[in-house]
Amino acid sequence: MTFLSIKNSAPFTHQVSSVQKIMFTVLLALIPATAFNLYLFGWPAILLFTVTVGACVVVEAGCLILAGQPVKATLNDYSAVLTGWLLAMSLPPWAPWWIGVLGAIFAIALAKHPFGGIGQNVFNPAMVARVALLISFPVAMTIWVMPHPLFSAGAPGFFDAIAITFGGQMPDAVSAASALGHVKTELTRGIPVSQSMVQAPDLMDMMLGYRAGSLGETSAILILAGGLFLMAKRIISWHIPLSVMAGVFLMGAIFHAVDPARFTSGTFHLVSGATFLGAFFIATDYVTSPVSKKGQLIFGLGCGVLIWLIRTFAGYPEGVAFAVLLMNALVPIIDQYTRPRAFGRNRKGEPLPLGKENP
Amino acid sequence: MKLFPIRGGIHPDYRKELSSEKAIVALPMPAALYIPLQQHIGAPAEVLVNEGDPVKKGQMIARSGGTVSAPQHAPTSGRIKAITAIAAPHPSGLAQTTIILEPDGKDEWGELPEPIADPFTADTHTINERVAASGIVGMGGAAFPSAIKLNLGTQKKLEILLLNGAECEPYLTCDDRVMREYADEIIDGARIMAHALGVPRVVIAIEQNKPQAIDAMTRAASTFSEVEVVGVPVQYPMGSERHLVQAITGRETPAKKLTADIGVVVHNVATARAVHHAVRFGRPLISRVVTVSGNAVREPNNIEVPIGARVADLIAFCGGFAVEPESLINGGPLMGQPLPGLDVPVIKGMSGILALTAAEINQQPASACIRCGNCVTICPCGLVPVEMAAFIRKDNFKVAAQLGVMDCVSCGSCSWLCPSHIPLVHYFNYAKGMINAQDRERRKIEQTRILAEAHTLRVEKAAADKAATLAAKKAQAAAAAAAKEKDETPA
Repeated sequence: MTFLSIKNSAPFTHQVSSVQKIMFTVLLALIPATAFNLYLFGWPAILLFTVTVGACVVVEAGCLILAGQPVKATLNDYSAVLTGWLLAMSLPPWAPWWIGVLGAIFAIALAKHPFGGIGQNVFNPAMVARVALLISFPVAMTIWVMPHPLFSAGAPGFFDAIAITFGGQMPDAVSAASALGHVKTELTRGIPVSQSMVQAPDLMDMMLGYRAGSLGETSAILILAGGLFLMAKRIISWHIPLSVMAGVFLMGAIFHAVDPARFTSGTFHLVSGATFLGAFFIATDYVTSPVSKKGQLIFGLGCGVLIWLIRTFAGYPEGVAFAVLLMNALVPIIDQYTRPRAFGRNRKGEPLPLGKENP
Repeated sequence: MKLFPIRGGIHPDYRKELSSEKAIVALPMPAALYIPLQQHIGAPAEVLVNEGDPVKKGQMIARSGGTVSAPQHAPTSGRIKAITAIAAPHPSGLAQTTIILEPDGKDEWGELPEPIADPFTADTHTINERVAASGIVGMGGAAFPSAIKLNLGTQKKLEILLLNGAECEPYLTCDDRVMREYADEIIDGARIMAHALGVPRVVIAIEQNKPQAIDAMTRAASTFSEVEVVGVPVQYPMGSERHLVQAITGRETPAKKLTADIGVVVHNVATARAVHHAVRFGRPLISRVVTVSGNAVREPNNIEVPIGARVADLIAFCGGFAVEPESLINGGPLMGQPLPGLDVPVIKGMSGILALTAAEINQQPASACIRCGNCVTICPCGLVPVEMAAFIRKDNFKVAAQLGVMDCVSCGSCSWLCPSHIPLVHYFNYAKGMINAQDRERRKIEQTRILAEAHTLRVEKAAADKAATLAAKKAQAAAAAAAKEKDETPA
């Protein structure tokens, strides 16, 4: 495009908002759930979190230098911090350091910058990284630990944590199954859901987050609080979170009603795994979700249904990352078919006929 | 009255309190008035006076230059000092022919046309002729010659005259003040306009953030059953003609049509007041109320300004600048245009002069679009700014046009809202200009092609004609020769 400077063109007023402010608010909203989970999973989790976020910022800086883009201004928008943060939240809490570093490379250098950097990527960087890690390193990515709250008996100290994160010395007998994984394994052994669910943590513990799971996703209630905060701040609208949850819940509820022995309940699907994190913080990523409200409803519903389908029928116990990536791929086409109707025109773009001005 | 929702829109800081309680004051007559010949949409006016001529207040000094045009009148008595080109109040700052009038300080009225004794028995033509002769143009900013719009009743079936007192742009309070202080004049003007248009109903729409204006207008309208005053929601761009019509009637003006096609004609409140003056007193449009505001101005104010006073005169009257302004704007902050300097004159369509500080503007360097979708949600025209901008950035005007960029009303809501501070409306205005230019170019090429083809045909026809004539001559000659031969052949 070839025109003069924009300093002298309307509008001569602008609301007080910026990409940086938006990203910062999202980070704020993530703090309660993250802080609680870092407490729950202790020093190894804190180390992994720091490594992952730090690596994302470093990789982002490297990519910006290679791309010849302004480094400081772009780093200051906090988007790399947010990607790292969300990636860390989706990792097993005691995963080794190189998982975080490789994840950062996958997210920033593979999913974000080849498309042109911020705003240009088709797929959610954090989810690309999670899926790539899960497929490449299935063992390291599925070692779950029971909560070992900081300073509690049996919790690793700082130096134990260094050994775990950087030395790969996992103590024996800490691993546990996530609720979704447990139910899935039991099903393959022929044990019906009604029986395996007895051993699953109760609903309240699951809501609070006192269970095995990824570093930041276990506390549905704190994630919900963060999500509601983002809605109150008008950073996100209700459309995507509600439709994601509706998709998961309805599919779960319908099939559970049909065959309770094979299918877990809608409520269980809602509070387990990364449903809340996905609904409020992953699927709502501006860059990789549709721009219109109608498109967002379709997108969210698609995510919800896919989450349930993958959890129920695919080889993985959890489906949020896969579901979001699949729906990301459909965003351009959703956008195309959910454009608003232009003023004074019909859906096809033709001027409204005179005499029918009330469409 | 039941109102209808309009799509999208924004709620910027209105900042009207800077000037809303300032009663209209008259600007002391400046040392010189600068009256450009082009103060309206259409052809420039044609000069009727010469340098050195004495003129009286209200005397026509330039006549209408065509079917879409408006005359200019002397705002005060004095002498024509010069007729020359000076910078126009347009972002380009290009010069245009301007009559410079030196006031004599007497402010003597010249001979004015007779008041129309009973406008409500006069025919449309009489009223329109008076409005046209009085140089009245739309005072909301578009400056379209008003008489043409008042003639629409003779061509279309109309139901409502909608008077636009929304004044949805931040800072501007001139319409608010005019409605508070001259409600009776506006209502009278509106009723005269309704009569000329042949519409049975007048609706006056005012944004609800002007309760005193609503009160004053309601009181003034109370004796006339056909006039209704409506408070409309505070939602920019409520004052956009098509959106206001939708809010009031629920009807959506089809693309490429006028609101008059669905029975509604819209005029600004200040225009109605000017019509009142022209019809009741024979007074032409020689002054208007201008809001001077912004944090860079020492004393914001609403000023009755003779047309042709310079912006510098108004700023001086407001105590000068408190701080160096970051921008000097003609109109409101959302749709206004930058002024090229302080020396340009006030013209008929100028509703505000704003001197804004950088903090008020809050424009930051643009960053990458993060597809937040807010521009799609709030676009009052149902467009997709994010996509249009992406294509315009790639110079793909064809797709931008398919996405509806030509339907954009340039309200600036998307730019105001964009967290990446991308100057979206600037992109769209640029694209509109490029598309129009390309259309012109295409038409020109088409025209050239048609002419060239016609030329080729003509040349071919001429050649064929020539050949035919030649052949005919040959044949004739041959026949003659044959005949001669026959004659000479001995029997």
